[in-house]
Amino acid sequence: MIEVQHVSKRYGRVTAVDDVSFRVERGEILGFLGPNGAGKTTTMRILTGYMPATEGKAVVAGFDVFANPLDAKRRTGYLPETPPLYPDMTVREYLDFVSRIKGVPPAERKSRVTSVMQQTHVADMADRHCSKLSKGYRQRVGLAQALIHNPEVLILDEPTAGLDPKQIIETRQLIRSLAGNHTIVLSTHILPEVAQTCQRVVIINKGRVVAVDTPENLTARLTGAETMFVQLDALGAEAGPVLAAIPGVTRVVAADSGGGFEVESEHGTDIRRQLAKTIVNRGWGLLELRPMRMSLEEIFLQVTTDETAAAEAARPDAAPEGDSTEEAPRE
Amino acid sequence: MNSVRNVLAIAGKELRGYFASPMGYILIGLFALLFGAFFRVYLTGFAEQSQRMAMGGGGTINVNEYLIRGVLHNVAIIILFVMPLVTMRTYAEEKRSGTMELLLTSPITDLEIIVGKFLGAMGLFTAMLLVTAIDIAILFRLGNPELKPVLAGYLGLLLLGGCFLSVGLFLSSLTKNQIVAGVMTFAVFLMLWIINWFADSVGPTGRVIVGFLSITEHLDDFTKGIIDTKHLVYYLSFITFGLFLTAKSVDSERWRG
Repeated sequence: MIEVQHVSKRYGRVTAVDDVSFRVERGEILGFLGPNGAGKTTTMRILTGYMPATEGKAVVAGFDVFANPLDAKRRTGYLPETPPLYPDMTVREYLDFVSRIKGVPPAERKSRVTSVMQQTHVADMADRHCSKLSKGYRQRVGLAQALIHNPEVLILDEPTAGLDPKQIIETRQLIRSLAGNHTIVLSTHILPEVAQTCQRVVIINKGRVVAVDTPENLTARLTGAETMFVQLDALGAEAGPVLAAIPGVTRVVAADSGGGFEVESEHGTDIRRQLAKTIVNRGWGLLELRPMRMSLEEIFLQVTTDETAAAEAARPDAAPEGDSTEEAPRE
Repeated sequence: MNSVRNVLAIAGKELRGYFASPMGYILIGLFALLFGAFFRVYLTGFAEQSQRMAMGGGGTINVNEYLIRGVLHNVAIIILFVMPLVTMRTYAEEKRSGTMELLLTSPITDLEIIVGKFLGAMGLFTAMLLVTAIDIAILFRLGNPELKPVLAGYLGLLLLGGCFLSVGLFLSSLTKNQIVAGVMTFAVFLMLWIINWFADSVGPTGRVIVGFLSITEHLDDFTKGIIDTKHLVYYLSFITFGLFLTAKSVDSERWRG
């Protein structure tokens, strides 16, 4: 439904987006995660046809946003970072105006305006001027505006920013209910939001994609209760094959040359006793044994602060074989 | 068909925007007041003059020639002051408040937006001119001026206003700041107006060129009741050029981001 191929955006010498590629399937919700200034907004602006990419190609709903901007825009709803409201229009007037420029047929305008106001819970403010709305209402009128022409694709730039907890939950429910009929890309820097709303996550940092996966996989891949960290003393430096032979262990990775190992096991098996026993029986010194748990926050931090990993992930072809596995974008 | 609908949607929004705030009413009021002031001055002058002629025995002076033409000429100057207030927010405000993002991501072309904004501003300007028609109507009630030169004069004013609006639109598209847009617009208008003051100092060839550039110079024939294709073409190409510059400015903004 959305296909971004090697898109870059440069302003003079500054590169805001650097060779970003990803796809979003029909009906999917994709989370766009990254620190401020990572290039989320720029990427979204390219997708919506607000600005052209310096390089690369973006296809939305089957139309190249640069070659066929009008066809692509007709099928896209966009909520920018600041909701684009006209202060001196009432909510109803505003939505009516948007329905006109989005090409909603005259006969359907009234019913569309009413139905999106209900969907986004702004009907009680229908005749209030936009300048008099609270932040939460402004945000939701912005969302209503994006939905007005019932677009196939929704691009939402931080849809829950400025909402109170109850409104956040409502908005997330709304977004989830829209998936299926709509393909949604939403950006956020609130991590639980991604876990709760999105089927897939693109983590972007300094203009580059550093990870693409489901929230569950991201968590499980790098981490999870199924990975143990074992620190042995110098004697056990060659223990890898022995640990791998323990029943239930799927993979052993030497974390360093000094006897640290990451031991992965099958889901739901507890190998700690077996692990400790084996080590002690061999006469190695067991200095540390702990489960490696990482929250999405830690993954996010790790992925976005580790620049070498980021560089390798963004150019899987340029990276030597080795441990760039978890970050390589894949279909 | 679709284009027309988009243009009208934008024009309608612009026009409503003027009247949603006091701005539209203030502009119309200000324009009517200044027009009325000039009208009164010329009317008094005309009354005295015709009295003197009557006393001197014989001869009348033409109300079109003396009164209406004089007033319409001065209206050009009022327009000069009022128009920057009409156009300064058109683009600057959209850019500042982020609504530009809505317009540029909607399935409408830049040109539709520009023409819509232009027509919206023209709508307000037409309303301003219509209010002044009250003064002229009084003349028709009490005297018998010729209608055709009046209509031609108003057509000229409309075209002149269109030129100012297209330039104002362009200058507004260059900045996020309304005030900057307003001041720049005023400066450019002033230059376009006074350029023929220098006509005498630039030699015979220069005089022709300067005369052609001077935007108010072309109004003259209209106020005499002559609709000359030369002037029509001048004003229409001026407007087209202004809108073209606006289109280029909006497009380049997009690339620069």
